[in-house]
Amino acid sequence: MLDGVTIPILSDQDIVAARQSGRAMAAKLGFSATDQICIATAISELSRNIVEYAKEGEIHMAPVRAKDNGLAGVQIVARDKGPGISDISLAMKDGFSTSRSLGLGLPGTRRLMDDFEISSESGKGTTVTIRKWLR
Amino acid sequence: MEVPILKQGDYLIASIQAALSDADLLRLRDDLAQRVGRYRSKGVIIDVTVLDVMDSFAVRTLRSVGQILKMRGAETVIVGIQPEVAFAMVQLGLSLTDVWTALDLEEAIAFLNRLGRADESHA
Repeated sequence: MLDGVTIPILSDQDIVAARQSGRAMAAKLGFSATDQICIATAISELSRNIVEYAKEGEIHMAPVRAKDNGLAGVQIVARDKGPGISDISLAMKDGFSTSRSLGLGLPGTRRLMDDFEISSESGKGTTVTIRKWLR
Repeated sequence: MEVPILKQGDYLIASIQAALSDADLLRLRDDLAQRVGRYRSKGVIIDVTVLDVMDSFAVRTLRSVGQILKMRGAETVIVGIQPEVAFAMVQLGLSLTDVWTALDLEEAIAFLNRLGRADESHA
């Protein structure tokens, strides 16, 4: 079993490092080329949200096994202690953004992955957990 | 990681050699805006074959390159988007407007030549 990796996200350079590590882990776990790129792109978007909204945070990625059906996969957790999201359902709408980005980050990231969970508290930070399963 | 920009006739060719940070992409945008004026280029080809991720920032920056170069009198063609990258871009909900796309460098040059000839025949 591969070890998990944690990458601090402090600048735009770290976005590149995070998505490259994610692609490398996905490749080692046996994901297809298309899945590897989807995982790397999702990590890029989550890292970008950290840099843009929270300034700093971290990306943790690790192999994971589903409790219900035993499928193997990869789990990525993006965590920050930034301002948080006051209205998550609004942030999950296509086209919504409070920053200068395209505002596609969260709904687009959900489409790239199999699982998507978000928890956020105003003033305390945001945690996004995404997973993709090997099929 | 600086992107080398070559001049070939009326065109500029920017061949991305490795993964680019946001700052690298913005520098490429600014370099191209300067050089189309200096060389009076009519077309700019950006080769993204080596990029394995085109996220919202990369797409937004390339679209702004297309808009800026258009104002400077040049057309922009993006070449080499890999099939897996195209798939991920569509899933993410991104569309690459404001620029042309072509499969590879050869197609892009042929396309720009056709655009140039069409322009002349209207003149």
